[in-house]
Formats: sequence, structure tokens, C-alpha cells
Amino acid sequence: MTAEAQPLPNRTLLKLVAAAGLILLVSIVVPSLIGTYQLQLVIYGLIAAIAALGFNLLLGYTGLLSFGHSAYFGVGAYSVAFVVAHLGPHSIEFYLLVGIPIVAITSALFGYICVRHTRIFFGILTLAISQVLYSLALSLYWVTGGSDGLRVPRPALLLGLLDFSGPHGFQLFIRSYYYYVLGVFVVCVVLMWVIVHSPFGKALQGIRDNEVRARFLGLRIRRFRWISFLVSGTFTGVAGILWVPLNGLTTPDVLYWTFSGEIVFMALLGGFRNYTGPIVGGLVFTYLKTYAVASTEYWQLLLGVVLVTLVLVLPTGIVGAISRAGQRLVRRNAVK
Amino acid sequence: MILLKTVNLRKQFGETRACDGLDFVINRGEFLSLVGSNGAGKTTLVNLISAHLQPDSGQILLEDRDITFTTVAERIRAGIARSFQIVNLFDGLSVFDNVALSLFSRDGKTVKMARLADHDRDVRRETLEVLGQFGLASKAAALAGGLAQGERKLLDVAVAYALRPRLLLLDEPTSGVSTHEKAKIMDTLTSVVRGGTVTAVVIEHDMDVVFRYSDRIVMMHEGSFLADGTPDEIRANKDVANILLGAPLTA
Repeated sequence: MTAEAQPLPNRTLLKLVAAAGLILLVSIVVPSLIGTYQLQLVIYGLIAAIAALGFNLLLGYTGLLSFGHSAYFGVGAYSVAFVVAHLGPHSIEFYLLVGIPIVAITSALFGYICVRHTRIFFGILTLAISQVLYSLALSLYWVTGGSDGLRVPRPALLLGLLDFSGPHGFQLFIRSYYYYVLGVFVVCVVLMWVIVHSPFGKALQGIRDNEVRARFLGLRIRRFRWISFLVSGTFTGVAGILWVPLNGLTTPDVLYWTFSGEIVFMALLGGFRNYTGPIVGGLVFTYLKTYAVASTEYWQLLLGVVLVTLVLVLPTGIVGAISRAGQRLVRRNAVK
Repeated sequence: MILLKTVNLRKQFGETRACDGLDFVINRGEFLSLVGSNGAGKTTLVNLISAHLQPDSGQILLEDRDITFTTVAERIRAGIARSFQIVNLFDGLSVFDNVALSLFSRDGKTVKMARLADHDRDVRRETLEVLGQFGLASKAAALAGGLAQGERKLLDVAVAYALRPRLLLLDEPTSGVSTHEKAKIMDTLTSVVRGGTVTAVVIEHDMDVVFRYSDRIVMMHEGSFLADGTPDEIRANKDVANILLGAPLTA
């Protein structure tokens, strides 16, 4: 939070770019270091990070806690499934081209209704809307496949240049898809970073901190919240679009409220007061859930214990705690 | 020359008449103090002028233009800005960003999403200029939530002032600060107001501050005006003295 609050001098910006470049370099060599399964997990993690990043524009920067972001993830996933079933080319670019406007329109529509309220009323409205979509996905089985969901085959990448129908297609797809998702992830991270550091982003943070003062600067509060909702939902929807070809199937589970809870968990885990918090949270949560599910049938209990511990011991999340420890270390060294 | 006037302005809360048919005039360029005991109607009057509240009846005219039922955003565009009795800041933002956001809003730049706020040179220069005027330039990078009370009061006024209003309404800008800080806040405030083209209306309880800094003083009592004049005229007014000492009014 503190780091975000201060004006960014050019030297800080340079350090930031250097750190991001280093992480990107490591990310590029990752596929040659790990196996297909682990790489698949990393892709799930990157997708979760995009979803949490979008979600956090609302929670961390606008001060609105949505319990219904599964709706936008699910709409993204189902829009791809519909494209596969009814339209044409099995290309990820085509999925994004069709899916993003659908998610944006859905977010704009639902956001228009939800931002008329704040606090618990906002949270309940977002939850209710996602549950309506879940019920529709279950009951309109001739369109959505009901509880069986809809299958999505492996798409081609780069406008059909990379096709994965041959032998070893799966391994090749995972490797190529990793780079594809990494590319989209980088674009999302940069875009969101610019948004939260823009005058628009500052206005959102102002509204989050003090609505009355923001109103007396002439800011139209509801309009800002609405646009924030739209952008937030669209980012989470992009995650849904990228997720479904990897998963090969979308079911109503991605629209259910517990999935919204997982997105909230990711932001809390990483720290919603830091820009990188939800990214770290998305990645860590993916591993945490995967290994919890694999190690015990009481995995939900395990995640619950982690959540309670997190709230009590690390209220600022993983990134917040690391950042504080770093600041303490710097201060101690300065005293010496 | 009249900047703003109210005509028979009324606002009632249940049985209480907070503003009881007020005909009020604010002249351009003056430093006007609104005084009176708690519940006299001072804050209600400021809330009505700033559109925080809507009147039950009456008119508010800004340079003869009826603005009675315009919104907060429209009043700000018309040149009316305010600060609050309880400091209202963006505590999670830096001191710099608090003022910069005011400027972005004034210039209609808050819609910009694809440009970094810190890279707007005009806003950066003007923000530092305003912070310099209020003696807060050295605190630019600090979080507003971490400032001392006196600095928070100054920043609260600076945020309103950065909108470059024609009429600045300040609700108890020196409440809750030490005597030394009071003088600093008021000296800063008067130098800023007198140096520019701003008209200031200040709600204040400390009569030493009021008499020292005001061009004109208006005393309110139970939703009405009791006295209106220069500091000397008000000082000589027996009703004002009685109210301040808690004695009954003269017949």
C-alpha cells in the first residue's frame, strides 16, 4: 500500500521494470526445467492470477467486495464453449475475440445493477447474480449441457499456425499454451498496472478511502465504480476464456459461489493491499488447493485452517508480510 | 460586489429550524467568519450552499444564477468548494496524491486510464505549488493517514483549495489543534486567500481567531442571523457578547 501511495520516481520505475524483466526471463526458461504436469499447474496458476488481479481492482482499489466473480469467469468459459459448439474456428484468438465482448457486456450489465449499493448489499447482490447464472447453467441443459457441462477441444494457437492434433499433441499444446498464457498474463499485468496508476486509478482509490470527500471533488462515484466493475469483470472473464481450453470442459461449478470464494481467498492469501498480492495469491492458491486435494479428503478443512491462520497471523497476506519484513530489515540496517 | 446570496432559505429537521428564512450575502474577495453556539445553523447553511443538503424552500444565487437545486458536481464546477469539520482525506493515498486528485478532477482528467498519473507534468507542478503554499511540500510522499492533526487540517483545506474555487467554505479549520497550530493554519489560510481570487467563509468557534483574521463576521443563533458586521462592530454588539457568555438576549 505504502509503495503504491507514493509518487513513482523514475529510479523506482526502473527497478520495477528490472525486477519484472528478471521474473519474465525465469518464466521463459521454466518449461525446459519442469515436466508437463507441473507446467500445467503453472498455467492454472497464471490463469488464477489474472482472475484475482481483475477481482482486486474492485476489492483493493475500489473498496467493493464481490462474492460473485465466478459469474464473469464462468461467462468467459461458457462463451468459449458456445463458440466451439455453434460457430467456427477452434482458435484461441477467435475465442478471445468473441469471449471478451461477451464478458465485458455481462460485467457492464451486472455492474450497473450492483454498484447502486455498497458494503454488504453490494456483496449479496453480486453473490445473488452469480447464483442466478449457476441455476441457469444447471437448468438450461439443452444449451449448457446441465451438470455434465460442455466439452472444449484443444484449440489452435496463433490463428491456426500451431495445431496440436498429431501425436504428442497434448505435451506440445501444454508447452505452447504456457507461453501463450504467459503472454496474455504479462499484457494483463501491465494493463492493470497502468490503470491503477492512472488518474482513473487514483480516483478509484480516493473513492475507496473517502466517498464523501471524493464526491466533493466532483467525482461521479457510481460511474467510477461501474467502470471499475466492468474492467474487473472483463479481466476475470479473460481468465475464464483461457482456462476452459486447458481444462477441456466447463461445468456449472465455475459459476457456483464457492468458486467466487476461491477468488476472494486468492486476493487475501497474496494480500489485496499490494498490486502483486493477488498474482502471488493466485499462483500459491493453485498449488495449495492441488496438493490439499491430493493429500486428504478433508482438503476443504485444510484450506479453511489456512484461511483462518492467514486472517489472524498475516492480515496483509504473503506479499504484505514480505514487504513489512523487508522494510524492517532496511530500517535495522540503517540504524546499524 | 455580491458573489453569492441566499433568499429566504429554509431548512428544518423535525421541529428544529436549522435555517429559518435566511437572507445571506457573501461579497467577492472577503474573509467571512460564521460564528454562533452549537446548533445555531452554521454547518447547515454551509451544507446548503455546498449542496450537501437540499433546502426545504428559498433560493441560492451565485452571481444571480439560481443554483438552488444543482448537484454537488455542478456546484464545484460553478466554483464552490468546501472542507469539513471532521477532516476528510484520502488516508490511503500520499499527501501529493490527495492534492493531485483534486487537480485531476478539476481538469476532467480522472477519466484517463491509459496514462500514468505521475507523468502529468502540469498536475505535478501545480500540486507541488499548492503543497508549497500550505507548507506541506516536505510531506508530499507521506501517507495522508500518517500526518499530525494540524497537518491534516492544512491538507484538508489544500485539497479544497486545489480545485481553485471562487468560494471556499471551511467548516472549523482549526478545531482540535493546538493554539500554535491554529495560528499557523489561519496565517497560511489568509495568505493563500488574500493572495488569490478566493472568497472564504469560515465557521469558527475561537473568537480570538475570528476577530484577528476576519473582514466580516456573521453571528447565527437558532437558525437566524443575530449580527453582521466588521470585527469592531461585532465586538461592540451586546447580544453577541451575551450569547458568547451564555446570557439572555436583550429585548
